[in-house]
Amino acid sequence: MAFEGLAERLQSTMKKITGKGKVSEQDVKEMTREVRLALLEADVNFKVVKDLIKRIKERAVGQEVMESLTPGQQVIKVVKEELSDLMGGEQSKIAVADRPPTVIMMAGLQGAGKTTTSGKLANHLRKKHNRSPLLVAADVYRPAAIDQLETVGQQLDVPVFSKGTDANPVDIARDALEQAKEEHHDYVIIDTAGRLHVDGDLMAELEQIKAVVDPDEIFLVVDAMTGQDAVNVAESFNEQLELSGVVLTKLDGDTRGGAALSIKAVTGKPIKFAGMGEKLDQLEPFRPESMASRILGMGDVLSLIDKAETNVNEKQAKELEEKMRTMSFTFDDFLEQMGQVKKMGPLEDLMNMIPGANKMKGLKNAQLDEKQLVYVEAIIQSMTKDERQDPGLMNASRKKRIAKGSGTSVSQVNRLLKQFNEMKKMMKQMTSMQKGGKKGKGMNLPFM
Amino acid sequence: MGFMDKLKNRFKQNEDETEDVSQKYKQGMEKTRQSFSVKLNDLIARYRKVDEDFFEELEEVLIAADVGVNTVMDLVDELKMEVKRQNIKDTKEIKDVISEKLVEIYYGDDDEEVEKLNIQEDELSVILVVGVNGVGKTTSIGKLAHQLKQEGKSVMLAAGDTFRAGAIEQLDVWGGRAGVDVIKQGEGSDPAAVIFDGIKAAKSRNADVLICDTAGRLQNKVNLMNELAKVNRVIEREVPGAPHEVLLVLDATTGQNAMSQAKTFSDATDVSGIVLTKLDGTAKGGIVLAIRNELQIPVKFAGLGEGIEDLQAFDAHAFVYGLFADLLEEDAE
Repeated sequence: MAFEGLAERLQSTMKKITGKGKVSEQDVKEMTREVRLALLEADVNFKVVKDLIKRIKERAVGQEVMESLTPGQQVIKVVKEELSDLMGGEQSKIAVADRPPTVIMMAGLQGAGKTTTSGKLANHLRKKHNRSPLLVAADVYRPAAIDQLETVGQQLDVPVFSKGTDANPVDIARDALEQAKEEHHDYVIIDTAGRLHVDGDLMAELEQIKAVVDPDEIFLVVDAMTGQDAVNVAESFNEQLELSGVVLTKLDGDTRGGAALSIKAVTGKPIKFAGMGEKLDQLEPFRPESMASRILGMGDVLSLIDKAETNVNEKQAKELEEKMRTMSFTFDDFLEQMGQVKKMGPLEDLMNMIPGANKMKGLKNAQLDEKQLVYVEAIIQSMTKDERQDPGLMNASRKKRIAKGSGTSVSQVNRLLKQFNEMKKMMKQMTSMQKGGKKGKGMNLPFM
Repeated sequence: MGFMDKLKNRFKQNEDETEDVSQKYKQGMEKTRQSFSVKLNDLIARYRKVDEDFFEELEEVLIAADVGVNTVMDLVDELKMEVKRQNIKDTKEIKDVISEKLVEIYYGDDDEEVEKLNIQEDELSVILVVGVNGVGKTTSIGKLAHQLKQEGKSVMLAAGDTFRAGAIEQLDVWGGRAGVDVIKQGEGSDPAAVIFDGIKAAKSRNADVLICDTAGRLQNKVNLMNELAKVNRVIEREVPGAPHEVLLVLDATTGQNAMSQAKTFSDATDVSGIVLTKLDGTAKGGIVLAIRNELQIPVKFAGLGEGIEDLQAFDAHAFVYGLFADLLEEDAE
């Protein structure tokens, strides 16, 4: 597969290591190689990858990983920390000028999504911040670019300033600013034409517009699918215009979006917003944390660990283990476990967070229907206390009563009883395996 | 005769024909060519010996061109074997092998006719143009219409992007520039209906070629991909043997996601060729090598600028020649 996530990539390496107890430098080298491949496949620029790998290696060879009992997970943790550090925190604020209007200038390559993003920003400012923006059509080159912005303006009911395709973009920007002042708009969003960063004339035009309107924000609009070239593009635009931020578009696609990391690394400028769809309200604050996971192509193991830690009380977990071993696990315990799992979030999300879970037989096709859980809960709650403690009490009339009480059928009750018994057996097997075998093997998740 | 000489000769022989093309490639791909061959030269200058370090750097040069990790690995493995087989020790000798392999990956077992557009004689040919948002579908259609018209074909366009604001107007402007008719309905109308109208009009006016524009769509949007499949079915039903070409437009700036685009669009329609746009920037579009290698989809056109003439028939030799021109000239001295 071309697009394996980091977790899958590391799994084979980890398998070799788990038996060993201690990690050698060679193992770390192998793991960092996998990390490198995963990052490159995600389109992170190779120079950025190189620097990252160097830092990751330093940390990985240190105690943090080598003395850990779960080296694979530690490596992932280190990688994600480094990535998150590089990405910075969430910064979706838009500048406010001391004296309005605040001027925002949009720039980028052709087809990055500047016009759509301009519209989305106007919508965002008006809906979320109660502002009155003016959109400025300064793309006089692409056929029908002005029509496009005007249509977008109509859809949003936001005024659009345009002077047709014969006007000079610098004049358009200047006049638009005048009009905005007269009409008391507090934001001006200038949509410029797409241009190549190596096009000297057109880049000079942007500098002229900048000089005339003195913008408070200059956003580079970048397609999330951009490959290795993202570095060149971002560097050139930043050098010539001194960007204030980046908007990443088309993030609703299936790209890993490594470009985000490259751009942040070479410009140091925050990625402020992400375009998440073609509709004009689909602009979201950029979330560096989830971007890091996405680039790595892994389920969000860390948040799962966090979630498990905060939601599963350690004492309860110990008690549970004891019960599992002695087969004294009851329907009450089952209910409690279900509650804990539910606290961690939607079941499907949880499954996605577990690396390799989608590869496990059975689990892959298992229907993770939240509604089923509601039925299960209802069935158990319709049992008497005695029945919950000792499922052996069940007989036909009790089952009928339970089915009636829970709004289910006897066959559903039967199915749950059967599953419960099988689960008990499985737990017994698992706990004895764990006791005799290796310690600290992964997480002790209930139900697993 | 070395591979580079062969390439050079090829261009010398058909100088008149290919001068224009190679000139375009040279101009359009100036940046691409420079960065790639400077790097390769640099690499070769620094490593006098062909060893592990050399291959590692070579890997990076190719990865920087968006060729894709898997293809690069395969290529480097093959190169290593070739180096062993031919007992190459000097980095200078390896240049030939590298470019030979690149062209080989591109062509595979096919002959060099794969780039030709499938246009029927004496009956309507339908070309469906697809791709994600912002890659340059409408612009490429304008250029292609101009080119076909220059060749003496009567061409019509169908404005199947009824979704994006201004898309119909944009195609209209290009239609005007190329001097061809555009069949359109209002924004928000059913794209399949527009294309159906286009086919009817093209038949009644005896057009040679109908080029159908479609809205940009990200390949993971299932509904939109279904819509595209429907458009494809309408064309299949109305014109036997059509669409004669399904062109996937790819932005050369796109990284590894282009592979996913090629795969998914091929599932919805039968993609027969690629238009690689925006090659006049610094992006190298190396992913087309991987796409060709894995999915056997050839590149048919390259977009090398914003002018109406700036769409060129893709020629892998010219592409590689563009990349390696510096090296070739240097060798000649």
